Amino acid sequence: MSGLLDALLLSAGYNAALVAIGAALLGFAAGAAGTFLFLRKRALVSDAVAHATLPGVALAFIAMVAAGASGRDLLGLLAGSALSATLGLLAVGWITRTTRLSEDAAIGAVLSVFFGFGVVLLTVIQTMSAGRQAGLESFLLGSTAGMLFADAAVIAVGGAMTVAATYLLRRPMTVVAFDPDYARAAGYDVARIDLAMMGLVMAVTVIGLKVVGLILIVAMLIIPAVTGRFWTERSEHVLWIASLTGAASGYVGAAISATAPALPTGPIIVLVATGFFVVSLFLAPVRGVAAALVRHRRFQHRVHLRQGLLALARAEPIHDRFTLATLARAGLIRPDGVATEAGRAQAAKAARDEHRWDAARRIHQDTALTGRYDGLTPIEAVFTADEIAEFDRLIEGPRIVAASEPVGAR
Amino acid sequence: MTALGPDFVQFSLTPILIGILAAIACALPGNFLILRRQALIGDAISHVVLPGIVAAFLITGSLAAIPMLLGAAGAAIMAVILIEAIKRLGRIEPGAAMGVTFTALFAAGVLLLEQSDTSSVHLDVEHALMGNLESLVWLEAEGWASLIDPAALAMLPPELARIAAVAAFVSVLLIVFWRPLAIATFDEPFAATLGLPTALIGFALVVVSAIAAVAAFDAVGSIIVIAMFICPPAAARLMTDRLHIQVWWSVAFASLAAILGYVFAGYGPLWFGVENAVSAAGMIATVSGLILALACLFGPRRTRTGRPGETAA
Repeated sequence: MSGLLDALLLSAGYNAALVAIGAALLGFAAGAAGTFLFLRKRALVSDAVAHATLPGVALAFIAMVAAGASGRDLLGLLAGSALSATLGLLAVGWITRTTRLSEDAAIGAVLSVFFGFGVVLLTVIQTMSAGRQAGLESFLLGSTAGMLFADAAVIAVGGAMTVAATYLLRRPMTVVAFDPDYARAAGYDVARIDLAMMGLVMAVTVIGLKVVGLILIVAMLIIPAVTGRFWTERSEHVLWIASLTGAASGYVGAAISATAPALPTGPIIVLVATGFFVVSLFLAPVRGVAAALVRHRRFQHRVHLRQGLLALARAEPIHDRFTLATLARAGLIRPDGVATEAGRAQAAKAARDEHRWDAARRIHQDTALTGRYDGLTPIEAVFTADEIAEFDRLIEGPRIVAASEPVGAR
Repeated sequence: MTALGPDFVQFSLTPILIGILAAIACALPGNFLILRRQALIGDAISHVVLPGIVAAFLITGSLAAIPMLLGAAGAAIMAVILIEAIKRLGRIEPGAAMGVTFTALFAAGVLLLEQSDTSSVHLDVEHALMGNLESLVWLEAEGWASLIDPAALAMLPPELARIAAVAAFVSVLLIVFWRPLAIATFDEPFAATLGLPTALIGFALVVVSAIAAVAAFDAVGSIIVIAMFICPPAAARLMTDRLHIQVWWSVAFASLAAILGYVFAGYGPLWFGVENAVSAAGMIATVSGLILALACLFGPRRTRTGRPGETAA
């Protein structure tokens, strides 16, 4: 545990600290860029972008070796990956535009073919004399072990630049994500903004290659954004929550991974993010599963209470166990099923309100108001006191209804 | 040495056959996944196969084929259920739900693999991704005559029999359930009014895809699996408007990709004067991509309205 604490406090070594900061920045940038991708409903395009980086990495390596360099220069490899990711992105767009194939087919085709070609190139590199120790496999799953200072610096600077670009572009990207037609009408260049969004996604992917690897960078783009969406209905809040979730996942994940050798950075970061996601899925207010359950129970309670009261008012026997329990818990019936004083009073009110609604429907042409009748909304919430008095005149005022006297039949 | 001499039977015949069968087993359900806009289910399944086989290995402690296949199939089905659950519980759009599920499961698989002591056995991420088609050789074969030699036939790589059985299974299911599957794919509400269990058909299609993916994965790695789910059927879709003709095209494209890919990987480098072969799985995926690219450029039914030259509606 003290090892984890050290790592969290950035005192587990210079490189570990750099990696943690880099991963946090990467997570922040991925959460931000991923939010727009998610709101635009194109989350899985990132999968194509990520897989399409592989041939670029391999080609860059081959080119650098051919030019006499060592081939392991991170900037060169990342430039290559950006190039082939752009090609992949253009291919997805081209297939979707010019053929009748849907975008998901285009994504799948591009990611598998580019990745397959990348693997072919990797096997070519393995046969090159300089390729034996290339370590390009580390781009598949990421590897921060033995990361050089220069590499960590590239990641940190790249992450910071992506964050800044996302911040500058947040307004146009939000508009386009929500309503591309409106954005077009408002004078935004939708195609170019989409391109900018994809550029950010690509930047995140390229920067993340070394830390989480090309297969799992997709998770960093999608999971924080989905997590943020649970907590709020406002896009700028989603953006912030997603970014912070991503940053926390990157930071905590990198710290945990630094504590033991068998804890690979990429998967740990992704699993931390997944933890945030699962907690949000269940516990987020309003959109979370727990909140939905509570809402459902409350609704059930109201429906059963209402139906029970109407049954009491009409002196009909109640068979439903849940209705009986609801009434008993509210103190409206005694354990033997007979209505209490309070129960009779509320039953009378429920029955009277039903009559008021009847009256309202007879004299009101405004269906927007009478249409709000759902058996649960209190009539006082829809009509003014004057209007209700009008209904009462129509139904000859409130009547106290005895439990023995059915009022439903007229 | 001629191209089709005894060496060919020994080293190339079985990998090519396995490649063809794996490609067909994946391409057949892929036709329907493409039409139902579920193409990326194949992608999701092939990612979650890794945690499945790692879990199976940890539970049984062996690398026997059957537990691996069961583990992978179980993981695939679990992933499908999780995707559906996240979609409904969280009201998240399907693509994102899929992305969350398969990346999280894949990460869990990698972590499990790193945590467990699998160094003694041949189980690693790269193998899972890339497969090792080249190693599925038939060492006992001495030439074409071995095809009628029971002793040699008994030593065929077991992957061949498995993938053949799965390819046959998928084909039979496709023929038997052709009508309901086709109706439910093209017009789900109409299928529902006919009384067809559309939800069950959709789930069954995914399960069959998972079985095909797992069996193919066992032999050829997950790259071919994703590529074959999508590329041949997608290319076939650009060739015709009729479903059964599309399925035949996809089978043809899948076989062509498997053969050409294997040949290019094995013999292509020789043409450039290089000794070492390159990854056959990767090359098969690449060739299938080239076929799709050609279909995108020249397929007679490539545009949305079905008439070349007319702008998409």
